[in-house]
Amino acid sequence: MPDSTSNLRRRKFNFFDAIEKPTEWLIRLCGWSSIIGLAAIFLFIFKEAAPMVPRLNWVEFFTSPRWIPNPAPGNEPSFGALALLVGTFTTTFIGLMIAVPVGLGAAVYISEFAKGRVKETLKVVIELLAAIPSIVWGFIGLMVLGPIVKWVFTAEPGSAWSVVMVTLHLATADSGASQGTNLLTGGIILALMSVPLIVSLSEDALRAVPDTFREAALALGANPWDTVRRVLFPAARNGLLAACMLGMGRAIGETMAVLLATGHNNRIPLALTDPVRTMTATIAAEMGETVHGDAHYRVLFILGIVLFVITCGINVASDLIIKGVRNSNKGPK
Amino acid sequence: MNPLQPSSAGPVANPFASTAFERRKSRAAARNQWLMFSFCAVLVIPLVLILVDIFIKASPLFSLDYIWQNPVNKGKGGGLWAPLIGTFYLVVGSLLCVAPVGIFAAIYLNEYARGGWLNRTISIAVTSLAGVPSIVHALFGLGAFVLGMLPAVNRLFANPNNPESKWEAGLLTASLTIAVMNLPVIITSTREALGAVPHSFREACWNLGATRWQTIRTIVLPNSLSGILTGIILVVSRAAGETAPILFTGATYFKFIPDSGWGKLFPYSIGEPFVAMSMHLHVICTQISKMPDVMKYGSAAALIALILLVNSSAIALRVWLRGRKRW
Repeated sequence: MPDSTSNLRRRKFNFFDAIEKPTEWLIRLCGWSSIIGLAAIFLFIFKEAAPMVPRLNWVEFFTSPRWIPNPAPGNEPSFGALALLVGTFTTTFIGLMIAVPVGLGAAVYISEFAKGRVKETLKVVIELLAAIPSIVWGFIGLMVLGPIVKWVFTAEPGSAWSVVMVTLHLATADSGASQGTNLLTGGIILALMSVPLIVSLSEDALRAVPDTFREAALALGANPWDTVRRVLFPAARNGLLAACMLGMGRAIGETMAVLLATGHNNRIPLALTDPVRTMTATIAAEMGETVHGDAHYRVLFILGIVLFVITCGINVASDLIIKGVRNSNKGPK
Repeated sequence: MNPLQPSSAGPVANPFASTAFERRKSRAAARNQWLMFSFCAVLVIPLVLILVDIFIKASPLFSLDYIWQNPVNKGKGGGLWAPLIGTFYLVVGSLLCVAPVGIFAAIYLNEYARGGWLNRTISIAVTSLAGVPSIVHALFGLGAFVLGMLPAVNRLFANPNNPESKWEAGLLTASLTIAVMNLPVIITSTREALGAVPHSFREACWNLGATRWQTIRTIVLPNSLSGILTGIILVVSRAAGETAPILFTGATYFKFIPDSGWGKLFPYSIGEPFVAMSMHLHVICTQISKMPDVMKYGSAAALIALILLVNSSAIALRVWLRGRKRW
């Protein structure tokens, strides 16, 4: 305060200093934004789905593959989502079968073996791979990969390849795959989409292992591969597991790529090249045709809740796993 | 004869020669290293081939006209101007919504929040939000913005006698949906950028008597500006590529916009459906029969080129910054 005894000069007024208090409150409010957003997503989806929750035949929903939302006049619609659930999990499973070994291998190579320019190039390419939009992956599945898969899995009925395909459940018909967009194509596309995530998270996990671990292994005479297998993998186990789980979460939630690349056929796949249909693709394809407020519309929101719960569960679980590894790395054991 | 080679004939065997076990081990190590390198190659080489293939098949279209002209006959001819400008406004709109909130949230998490359950809950919420599938974001946008917010806005502002003045699902709702989707991305990248500023900088500033907000404003933000910018560029690329969230929240299949004049630069009002690049690719790939393949490839190539351009600029910015970092 300026009084006569003080020779301190009054500080100049500064607008940005004057708004300190309101800004801090704004920052606190924004800090909550992610919680608010998550809660709002659940609330609004649940609000749209709620009227259907007591009316839906839940047993049929989880056990019947009969998905007939718009039946012929006079018939009851039937909402059996089993084939959609199976479609989602089979494509994800095939995607992960490819993505986990390739992703972990690439992460180990980038983090432990690659040097200098090769390492930088690989990291940049993986990053660009992650940036390609899902609709472009769908386009690649539809226009590029689909024809290749169709070409590989086609045979004269009765020929050796045809017999092999039918016996090994690679195709149902003895002439091979009926179309290029199917379970296998969708799985490969999902693998390509989830690999960048798995690589970058696994690489983080491997980098978090202290260098003393590597030095100790080398001092004991382990060669680089033994170091990776016997020291780094056990030490980074939780981080690698979390990386694979997050890759799985991404594969389950993927929409446009599987809409274009899996063939969109509502039945339970019996062979590797059968067309399938996933929950996400069903919502994307059918929401535009529904009447706002009818049963079909609300059941699609229920599918959304199922997806939301699955992916949130995966995320929270992987977060807890990573937290576990942080705590166990603290201090000497 | 090399005296270091183990030899049964020589009088002194080399005690340091590798045993059969060690040789087998090192062969396995070399083999596995090649295996892992081939995994990287499996990732990179087919992808490059596919991209080259797409660009070669799209090459007959490459010209300025392809960018500058509007699509004609449901995209069977003409260029990409209408979806391109739609994507531009979508990106700008979602950035305006998400950038301030996301940056403030990151400041809160990095500068204000102390460890504890609240901080931890927010972190889990951020990762969970990042993992929510894009189609669920689309359902949220439909429920919250199109069916919840728009009727309220129209009741307040629209002229009830003039249906033209009502806002429909359009740029505003789609931008908000994309913004919610990108919130965790921008929080994570900004938090990383803020965390990279050494703590001693803040301590020096506090010791001079500055308050927390003054420190953030004059020390922390200027020193992390480049990292924040990189994050924003990545959000741009994500916003431009997403299709599912705008499917029911404002994007439409076709929209005729003026071929010249100001209407060409400002074609969409915020309460009006629009077309976007990703949506355009989806529509011409799946919804229209007898679409010439070259138009599909052209549209895909343009979208890929746009995304790669934006992302490479982010990478270039990062490399440049790493070069001139002073601490």
